Amino acid sequence: MSQAWDVIVVGAGIVGTACARACACAGMKVLVVTQGSIAEGTTGAGMGHVVILDDSEAQFALTEYSRRLWRALLPDLPAAVEVVQCGTLWVAADQEEMDEVQRKAAFYQKHAVRATQLDAQTLRQAEPNLRPDLAGGLQVYDDMVVYPPSACLALLAQAQQQGAEVRCHASVARFLPGGGVVLTDGTKIPCAQAVNAAGCGAPALTPGLPVQRRKGHLVITDRYPDYIHHQIIELGYLKSAHVVSSDSVAFNIQPRQTGQMLIGSSRQNGDESPDVDHAILTRMLKRAKWYMPGIDQLQALRCWTGFRPATPDKLPLIGPSPRQDHVWLATGHEGLGITTSLATGSLLADLILERVPEIPAEPYLPARLLTGDLKDV
Amino acid sequence: MSDTVTLHINGRPVQVPQGTTVAAALEIAGQTYSRRSVSHKARGALCGMGVCFECRVTIDNVPHCRSCQTLCVQGMEVVTDD
Amino acid sequence: MTRSRQNWDVLVVGAGPAGMAAACEAAQAGARVALLDSQHTLGGQIWHGEQQHPKSRAARHWFSRVQALDITVFTRTTVVAAFSPQSLLAETPKGPLVFDWHRLILATGARELFIPFPGWTTPHVTGAGGLQSLVKSGWPIQGKRVVLAGSGPLLLAVAQAIKKEGAHVCCIAEQTPWLRLAAFGQGAAAHISKLWQGVDIGLSLLGVPYHCGWWPVRAEGQDLLRRVTLSNGRRERSIECDVLACGFGLVPNLKLASLLGCAGGGPFVSVDSHQQTPREHVYCAGELTGIGGVDAALVEGRIAGLCAAGQLDRARTLFPRRRSWHCFQDKMAQAFGLQEALKSLPDEHTVVCRCEDISYGQLVSHANWQDAKLQTRCGMGSCQGCTCGASLQFLLGWSRASERPPVLSTSIKTLIGEETGH
Repeated sequence: MSQAWDVIVVGAGIVGTACARACACAGMKVLVVTQGSIAEGTTGAGMGHVVILDDSEAQFALTEYSRRLWRALLPDLPAAVEVVQCGTLWVAADQEEMDEVQRKAAFYQKHAVRATQLDAQTLRQAEPNLRPDLAGGLQVYDDMVVYPPSACLALLAQAQQQGAEVRCHASVARFLPGGGVVLTDGTKIPCAQAVNAAGCGAPALTPGLPVQRRKGHLVITDRYPDYIHHQIIELGYLKSAHVVSSDSVAFNIQPRQTGQMLIGSSRQNGDESPDVDHAILTRMLKRAKWYMPGIDQLQALRCWTGFRPATPDKLPLIGPSPRQDHVWLATGHEGLGITTSLATGSLLADLILERVPEIPAEPYLPARLLTGDLKDV
Repeated sequence: MSDTVTLHINGRPVQVPQGTTVAAALEIAGQTYSRRSVSHKARGALCGMGVCFECRVTIDNVPHCRSCQTLCVQGMEVVTDD
Repeated sequence: MTRSRQNWDVLVVGAGPAGMAAACEAAQAGARVALLDSQHTLGGQIWHGEQQHPKSRAARHWFSRVQALDITVFTRTTVVAAFSPQSLLAETPKGPLVFDWHRLILATGARELFIPFPGWTTPHVTGAGGLQSLVKSGWPIQGKRVVLAGSGPLLLAVAQAIKKEGAHVCCIAEQTPWLRLAAFGQGAAAHISKLWQGVDIGLSLLGVPYHCGWWPVRAEGQDLLRRVTLSNGRRERSIECDVLACGFGLVPNLKLASLLGCAGGGPFVSVDSHQQTPREHVYCAGELTGIGGVDAALVEGRIAGLCAAGQLDRARTLFPRRRSWHCFQDKMAQAFGLQEALKSLPDEHTVVCRCEDISYGQLVSHANWQDAKLQTRCGMGSCQGCTCGASLQFLLGWSRASERPPVLSTSIKTLIGEETGH
């Protein structure tokens, strides 16, 4: 057994690098291996929001904890991470959604998350380019936006400062039963522990892993500084993220430091092609236009797609792989990879070192979905 | 119909022949640059065919218009970066 | 149903010589043809603005043929995406249009290759063809001192055109060394029309210094060009001037072909003898298949149009002519190939990505286009790498990652793709 490293992290997206950082900062000798270069998968394609979601207690706990970790990290992040501390505005189209706003407001107040309800008028003042007849919204102050590839590099750099090493263009074929990995070129790297943080590539390394590729579309505009002041998400986003079986779109727009805006979002299962699907792109942009009627006058520079690694219960898999010795899982983050990456790293390091984690780890343990046999979900 | 068109460039009236592009009108008016780059350097038309986006100006309140691809129209309001 | 949303037998994208020739042959053969172009008038780059006043016999012939035949022309119509496997999405001033097609001919032409050098971003540094386009659309050139630099016969054609408009052409700096140029001249003389063109240009440019083996190394001026410095690798000379028009040859506009899956990843689109791409029913003609100028474009366009309309026998009669122009095309490529010395033109501070102000020094340390883009924002601005991507391909051999729609900056209204009020 090689003594070179204590843990090998497979995958250098936001989750892999966050795990590498957490393990390295906890004193472990870390090797990161990735099939391409840094942030080439989901991380390089996605929106980069750091946002609290309260779909479930477990999701709230993870996003809230992780957002706190992001905020603590802010002073150490280089300018390239392009942090935009714009907060999130959840917008309600009707009274039913306003009821949801009120529920969220109460919940956040109880949990010391800074948020304010906006009525129709204050919403219009906060975001003049929204349609004027929305019912209101909820402003969540401490949410933010980062530029994912740079954030990923920053986390990796911090890991490297603590002695972590990286090998790019090193594709892993499988885990070694005794611990470690075998690369596709045959190289064996034995190690006490290995982490499967390979995102959409995770099921190839952990057979039976209930992680599906969920396709999304994004559009980036030219520079329109001051067009929006917050990240804006329609409350229907939650319904879209809930839907597992059919295609859905939900309005989501995010300001970047450059003044460009990222418009999303769409979710499709079963479409493996990375090509832009114009039918769903049209649906997504029409939804955006419903919320922001002037948006169709803006210039779009590029449309692209990405694949989110999605689990059946909307929570990631963080913990020991039930069927593989010496293997830990850190994957299945769907659209919350950036947000929950730091908490994932922290939890994972705690679990590996048998320390008590800051939040209970049970809801995210892979054993809930992967026992002796594959559970049908 | 007149053979010329009068438009406004940064608030000043400029008269040009019909069929002149806004990029040409800028030069006729002595406005030698259309925009400021990200690091605030002056930039003007480069490719003349609408692919480089250096000739961008705001026309009738619409930003990011490629002036080399836009014909002057009577009464147009063109604004360049400072 | 709007007039665009018909199932066109033959849809031609690009109305330069290749596109016009293709549309004419297809229409003559009885196909229902639509011809699209982003410009206000037909003619592409080389015949830009000549629809009312053609300047050559060939231009006159093809402009009048397009008029005479039953071709539905859509100007100010820019194809931005492949909407579905058999339809294209286009942007027009009045809103989006969708074109369904049975056979597609791409003739999207070429753009100038820019090689960054210190000061090249100063206003009044333009492309060579770029200056010609600007002047044709009213840019005042009379009395301005102009230096032309770069590579290719285009420099001469532009010099001739602007001299007629009253420009003072200070000199032309052709990077090709004299010996190679002389050899090309000998070879070109075999093509009689080129010989006459050469004589015509030569006469009109009498007295204009023509420096072979020289290239621009520096442009100076605070917010406006004052002076250009040329080099031949051993000496430098500086010239006070008002405009520097530089063009280092042409690169094909491959993006739409790429989005359609028929570009193949090479420097040009590969086509068979029928001008058909690897994707069935999609044809290609003109600069997209190789930089060859008007003559090659016309014969390729004609063959593509005939084949798309099923007239294979008639197309075959044009093969020898195409072969001859391809021979000329090869000689041109050999003669005007860019010197290695030009790869040293940018210094570490030279802006390469003009949209985002990314310098050469910031880029060279990256392994490829993809890494550079993710880590520096190079290619993420308004032109989406159209300018810097081609430069970096030349300077560092970087090839582009897979392309994404739209072909160029497009309104969200267009991307929604709902036709109204046409």
